[in-house]
Amino acid sequence: MSSVKDWAAPNPITENRGGLIGKGVDRYEGRLKVTGSAPYAYEVDAPSRPAIGYMATAAIAKGRIARIDTKAAEASPGVLLVWSHLNAPAQAPRGTRANPRSQRPSNPVLASDRIENFGQTVAFVVADTFENARAAANLVEIEYAAEPGVVDFVASLDQADQPPGEEDVHIGDFPAAYAAAPVSVDETYESPIQNHVQMEPCATTAWWDGDKVTVHTSIQMVKGGQHALAETLAIPSADVHLLTRYIGGGFGGKGQAYDDLILAALGARALGRPVKLAYTRQQMFHGTIHRPAVSMRVRLGAQPDGRLTAFAVEATTHCARNAIFTEHAANFSRNLYAAPNRLTGHRLVKMDLPGAGPMRAPGEAPGMLSLECAMDELAEKLGLDPIELRIRNEPEVDPETGKPFSVRQLVRCMREGAAHFGWERRKAQPRQVRDGRWLVGMGMAAAIRGNFLLPAKAGVRIDADGIITLRQGMTDIGTGTYTILAQIAAETMGVPMEQVKVEMGDSDFPPAPGSGGQFGAATAGSAAYDAGMNLRKALTELAVGDPNSPLYGGPAEYVTFENGNIAIENRSETLAALVARAAPEGVYVEGSISPAADARDYSQHTYGAHFAEVGVDVVTGEVRMRKMFGVFAAGRILNAKTAKSQITGGMIWGVGTALTESNVVDPRYGSFINQDMAGYLVPAHADIVDLDAVFLDEADDKANPMGIKGVGELGICGAGAAVANAIYNATGVRLRDYPMTPEKVLAGMLAVGL
Amino acid sequence: MRPFTYERAADALSAVKAVAENPGAKFLAGGTNLLDLMKLDIERPTHLVDVGRLPFAGVEEVNGGLRVGGAMVNSKLAAHPRVRELYPVLVRALVSGASGQLRNKATTAGNLLQRTRCAYFYDTTKPCNKRQPGSGCSALEGVHGSHDAIFGASKACIASHPSDMAVALTVLGASVETLTPSGASRTLAVQDLHRLPGDTPQVETDLAPGELITAVLLPPPPEGGQVYRKVRGRASYAHGIASVAVAGGRVALGAVAHKPWRAAHIEDALAAGASAVEAAEAELSKADRSDRNALKIALVGRLAAAAIEESKTRRTA
Repeated sequence: MSSVKDWAAPNPITENRGGLIGKGVDRYEGRLKVTGSAPYAYEVDAPSRPAIGYMATAAIAKGRIARIDTKAAEASPGVLLVWSHLNAPAQAPRGTRANPRSQRPSNPVLASDRIENFGQTVAFVVADTFENARAAANLVEIEYAAEPGVVDFVASLDQADQPPGEEDVHIGDFPAAYAAAPVSVDETYESPIQNHVQMEPCATTAWWDGDKVTVHTSIQMVKGGQHALAETLAIPSADVHLLTRYIGGGFGGKGQAYDDLILAALGARALGRPVKLAYTRQQMFHGTIHRPAVSMRVRLGAQPDGRLTAFAVEATTHCARNAIFTEHAANFSRNLYAAPNRLTGHRLVKMDLPGAGPMRAPGEAPGMLSLECAMDELAEKLGLDPIELRIRNEPEVDPETGKPFSVRQLVRCMREGAAHFGWERRKAQPRQVRDGRWLVGMGMAAAIRGNFLLPAKAGVRIDADGIITLRQGMTDIGTGTYTILAQIAAETMGVPMEQVKVEMGDSDFPPAPGSGGQFGAATAGSAAYDAGMNLRKALTELAVGDPNSPLYGGPAEYVTFENGNIAIENRSETLAALVARAAPEGVYVEGSISPAADARDYSQHTYGAHFAEVGVDVVTGEVRMRKMFGVFAAGRILNAKTAKSQITGGMIWGVGTALTESNVVDPRYGSFINQDMAGYLVPAHADIVDLDAVFLDEADDKANPMGIKGVGELGICGAGAAVANAIYNATGVRLRDYPMTPEKVLAGMLAVGL
Repeated sequence: MRPFTYERAADALSAVKAVAENPGAKFLAGGTNLLDLMKLDIERPTHLVDVGRLPFAGVEEVNGGLRVGGAMVNSKLAAHPRVRELYPVLVRALVSGASGQLRNKATTAGNLLQRTRCAYFYDTTKPCNKRQPGSGCSALEGVHGSHDAIFGASKACIASHPSDMAVALTVLGASVETLTPSGASRTLAVQDLHRLPGDTPQVETDLAPGELITAVLLPPPPEGGQVYRKVRGRASYAHGIASVAVAGGRVALGAVAHKPWRAAHIEDALAAGASAVEAAEAELSKADRSDRNALKIALVGRLAAAAIEESKTRRTA
């Protein structure tokens, strides 16, 4: 195993002689996407015209199917196949792993008469056209035997238990320190159920060739999808070729295989022709995972100078009864502020709702909505500026583990953000600024999100024309992965971007863990870098060993790669000339990355500071953004454009979190009230004005050979709290229940006589 | 979507006859609402008569007012110079509705006839008297209160009408011109077009089967400033929690009833010299109060009072 010390030496990425690292390079696949010619999973060319699948879904939350009649559906025009639990093909029981190395177990569909959540797939129709399939699915008649379920989170809090295998973290003596603290805050903050609402719903096109199935699907993790399908169908994973080349948003919601993948493959096998299947927008809400609601109690005890002496963040959340998942909303707080006496932990209610799962910075996104408002409340009680309060609690080492930070620039983020944003304009007293009908206020919040490196591989080949092709079982969920991998490959090999091709999203390629947890760029990118370094080695050996090369015999350690050339001082030739002559069939090598053995000796995170200015309509309680600014420290930035796009995208999700995004269970039915994007509101263009972000110069040499870190999730972390704090500063109304809709703000304003 | 047949109407009368003669037939214009509802299996027409290309898409000057073709799309109506000059309240209402893309397709007549956005109407697994008469109203005890009617609701339905445009037309005293299956045309005030739900919430207007809205007649604008304000969860592309249109001494409210709500009590109070706040209270004191709508009632009152005050500062058209 490697050590982080191995990463300290200069390398082509950190030297950046070609200047491609950090450059705001346009998206590699941008032209394809804006011209509508990037084939997404539902649009790929199949060997013949696919039949179209459509799912019928359950109308109850819990119980069983007492009777199902598919005769009318079967007789409907164009119908090729109708399945229910009575006649669906056999699949491996849920959760089984025939191959213990499979990353995901079996996930069968239509496996029994049991209904475990509203919206569960209960029948599957394949027809010649989408319209015929949908019409037939509507003709499936079902009688249910409903059973009472646990569907009301607030009413079920007494059923909350410790998540399996977890314990609270106690450091020092929190109860005593809290009781003794002269200044304290004890508040509970509520974050609702949220849905991912990716632009592209989950979709699959599948076809078979003998025993082997090819599936194009929309999934964040290639191997997970391949293994889930293989396990479910009880076939070797080598017989599943999974491709996911273009993905219209994931946000954590496409980290797993859903029914579209299984049913499209089963349908294609049964019919002997390609089948494709997509979730409808409405079906996405119940048919895929959501972020669970979280109730967070924060207790802070401080000395009059602002130093925290007691610190507790306790989060209660929920998950599906048969799919354990914990939204770790308290975890982030373990690394953020110094306090000698600490308590953090989680409680979990098992419910009869669709599966809860990761979404847009799981843990931090809802979690920071609590602590970062509680710090605002504490600052006010202490008469301190919120930034000053945070600075006074800035730890020298990780406050929980005592480990050194790899690099931590949180204070600089806050200070530079304050200066750029004009934080000095903020009035410490709320409700001091009026602009016409708007009450105006400012708020800030810190941002923190862990940084991760996972094992990955990459393959790179160079052909006789000099074109370098990077192949990796990685995904680009719209974040810019194609682009940054092309930059890494080009910079490592010293060639222009035009000389690099990137192919990914293919289970035949060297595996990478995919997109999620903001580990993608560092993980996939480091493997790509390593593959590039191995290719440099191979080409160096080729050149110095080739009597026809101007580099022949030259010292290998002096070989450089720049401007498409391989050179030793003034002796050089193009890579194309070398390969065409010495290896006309091309050269292919692989590379890999694994976490360093001593990486865990450091507390390693990305950081930021959010600043928000809002206007609150003094009559209606409507909140509108006026300005938002963030400063972030996330290692070396690979691409100024795509990184900023990701980080500001996260901030915009933070606006949605603070103001609009919510789903609510109707406890009578166990279903979500919002089942489309007219009801589930995300920010529209008009909601986002004057929003900007910058990155601090940083390189984290404990992170990976390139010193980069992830930015995919940092932007949302804390963003909503900054907005909530700005609402308080504008109105003097402290809301602790997200999102802060006009109704809630108005109720608060009425309560304070506004 | 159920199978259906389609025809493009050659002229208005044949369109009207085609729909009148076929109980499963519906008019199709912009399709921005009907087609969505068909895809969701909520609307199930067996035949569509496309009136979107009939020559009803212009604006004419009539007696100091305007006559707007029923097929004119919302974005063009909002951009029309004479409309902008005479009816700023209508322009504001139009551009408050839906999104730019939808306004480019949605027509004047279709906007009036759009159906409620009640979440329970959209979820076909739930009882809804509009969708399935007699099945009950899930919204009555439902979790979503912000779009509920606070005036004129019934035990059978508490849905509100979602149109912004219709609220402005109501405050302007506009009427619709229709063509009936007999070939006669008639005129009906917009405020009389929609019905309260009563026991038959599935019957939403007083139009006869097959009767087609061919135009909207806008009388000369009333004296006084015009204002349209809409409260919604985000800055654009969201259904209103409440809206208010003011034109001179007239006031109409949106998203508060099964129809655009002409606030007669406000108007009477204003005419009698009441303050804006007092006038709003005169209307809201008549609202159907329940334990779940107190906040909405407060909101509508504040909104109406603020809009009335604001209208005093606006120019007369």
